[in-house]
Amino acid sequence: MTKSEQSKGKGKMLEIRNLHAKVGGTPILRGINLTIHPGEIHAIMGPNGSGKSTLASVLAGRENYEVTEGEVLFNGKNLLALSPEDRAREGIFLAFQYPIEIPGVSNINFLRTALNEIRQYKGQEPIEAKEFLALVKEKQKLVEFDAKLANRSVNEGFSGGEKKRNEIFQMAMLEPKFAILDETDSGLDIDALRIVANGVNKLKNDKNAFLVITHYQRLLDYIVPDFVHVLYNGRIVKSGTKELALELEEKGYDWVKAEVDGVSA
Amino acid sequence: MNTTITKDLKEHFFELILTSSASEEAWLKEIRTEALKSFKSLDFPTTRNEEWKYTRITPLLNKPFKKGEYSHVQTSNYKIADLDAIIIPVVNGIINLKEVILPKGIELLNIHIAKEKHPSYIEQYFSKITDNKNIFTALNTVSATPYILKTDNNAIIEKPIHFVFVSKGNEVFVQPRFLIIAGKQSEFNVITSFHSDCKSAFLNVVVEVVAEENSKLEWTKIQSENNESIHVSSEDIYMSTNSTFTLHTYTFNGAMVRNNVNVAIDAANCEANLNGLYLLDGKQHVDNHTKIAHMKAHSNSNEIYKGIMNDASTGVFNGKIHVYQNAQKTNAFQSNKNILLSDNATINTKPELEIYADDVKCSHGSTTGQFDEDAVFYLRARGMGEQSARALLVEAFANDVTESLKSEALKKHILLLIHKKLSKEL
Repeated sequence: MTKSEQSKGKGKMLEIRNLHAKVGGTPILRGINLTIHPGEIHAIMGPNGSGKSTLASVLAGRENYEVTEGEVLFNGKNLLALSPEDRAREGIFLAFQYPIEIPGVSNINFLRTALNEIRQYKGQEPIEAKEFLALVKEKQKLVEFDAKLANRSVNEGFSGGEKKRNEIFQMAMLEPKFAILDETDSGLDIDALRIVANGVNKLKNDKNAFLVITHYQRLLDYIVPDFVHVLYNGRIVKSGTKELALELEEKGYDWVKAEVDGVSA
Repeated sequence: MNTTITKDLKEHFFELILTSSASEEAWLKEIRTEALKSFKSLDFPTTRNEEWKYTRITPLLNKPFKKGEYSHVQTSNYKIADLDAIIIPVVNGIINLKEVILPKGIELLNIHIAKEKHPSYIEQYFSKITDNKNIFTALNTVSATPYILKTDNNAIIEKPIHFVFVSKGNEVFVQPRFLIIAGKQSEFNVITSFHSDCKSAFLNVVVEVVAEENSKLEWTKIQSENNESIHVSSEDIYMSTNSTFTLHTYTFNGAMVRNNVNVAIDAANCEANLNGLYLLDGKQHVDNHTKIAHMKAHSNSNEIYKGIMNDASTGVFNGKIHVYQNAQKTNAFQSNKNILLSDNATINTKPELEIYADDVKCSHGSTTGQFDEDAVFYLRARGMGEQSARALLVEAFANDVTESLKSEALKKHILLLIHKKLSKEL
């Protein structure tokens, strides 16, 4: 039984239909179509400037991105109508390509506030202090995140690798339904990459889904995708399984570009 | 500035202050007469005056202000939650001393009784620490009702003394006047909070502080008056050997606020801490002028002022550190940081260092920036609402000012005021 056959029984989690978006008047996304089911890992690859990070930003709700056409449904809800915080509360998580340093805001306090706002949104009681600390401990261990870092100001003075690991730790704490990893592998050495990937693999289950955005096939050795898509000029021009990533690694993007440009010419 | 305005203004205030206190003792009359001479010889400042370059106050004083009387206020309205403090209402600058009950070791007196009980203190310090060459101070000295707060030597006062200043009336002119004497080896905390129960007010506050040897005084000032009110204050602090003085100035509201803080460190091993936070919106204008004079060797001063300006508000910070030639081994640290939340907000910041000693450590820094919108998005992308994300970031920015508050209840109160201010509930 193939993955897509498995998925048939389940509802769609994320459905991107003909998504067009502009940044500062320049069209970046030009008609993205993508459907993701629970339990799936999708990888998006593509050359620089193809729109990978724009897609991540549009899904997370960053301002300055103007959606001009199309729609995105998340568990049947119109995602694009929601504020960034409501998207997070619905279960979307973006692991930032460049995590922000926030001096004076403790990592733990901020996570507790975020977690409680998410719980409030779902009509749940705030988490007990004891329960929260136990959760922190458990997740720190799960994703191998240093307790000292967890207690410091958000990303302040963290190395590139520590910042990315903090993203995975936050993801573990918030337990999203759908996580977007925006070039989480960039700037990571091989050990950090393995730790980050292990974290993702441990968090993966049949109810959540991941969208892994990457330049390189390297990360996909550790986080094995069910589907690989190639983004070029704001469109998904090729989709396949993990073998496609290997082919791209070997041959580069030129042959894909040639195929697409040849067709549209 | 139109000179006829200042002339008329002076006439107006001159009439206001003449109506007061005819039956005073000769010594006090003499001080008042001197101050009146000074007042007559001075003009209300214009922006041509370097000290008032960014603060155009005089046109705002041109209202039919009238002196206010004492009347009862419900102090429970002004109580700080969970803080076990002694609350003393000061209504239009007047205290009903009969209602004040203080613990052993601290007393609050009117100037007449104080002169009888502690003649040498009054002669040495009253109206001597402050500068009557300042027109506002002179105006205050001429007619204010002075109170003396004094701790005994060795007294440790557990509960903070919370003076609740309420301006009551229509357009009311209020002149609080205090002399605070921290006796040798004594320790205590003072809170002064300022509130409006009026259409508008002009508060002209003068507080003189004497920190005697080995004393420790921590003073928290919270300004949250209405946006029709003008507040000018002069706080002059004189420090003796081994004394510690800390002033926290929180400014949340007021049409125009000018704080003059002058610290004279005239001894060794002193520590002066000035912490300030101003959170402004609308058309508010807040001007913090501080001056720390290191007159003797081996003392430290730390100064951190932080400001957040929204809408069309204006902040001014002018911090002067003056190290005398013989004040060797001085450590003086100053920092002023600002965030502008709107294109129309303004900050004018100016550190002034005058250092005549050669073996000192002095530093100053000033930054002005905008809100980090990437940080706001980062927090929102984790599920925090926009309002709480912004509040958290402001709290973080203010953290090195607020964390210096030792009382948890007071800190909580300040954080609550920050939240209210950000959500425009204050």
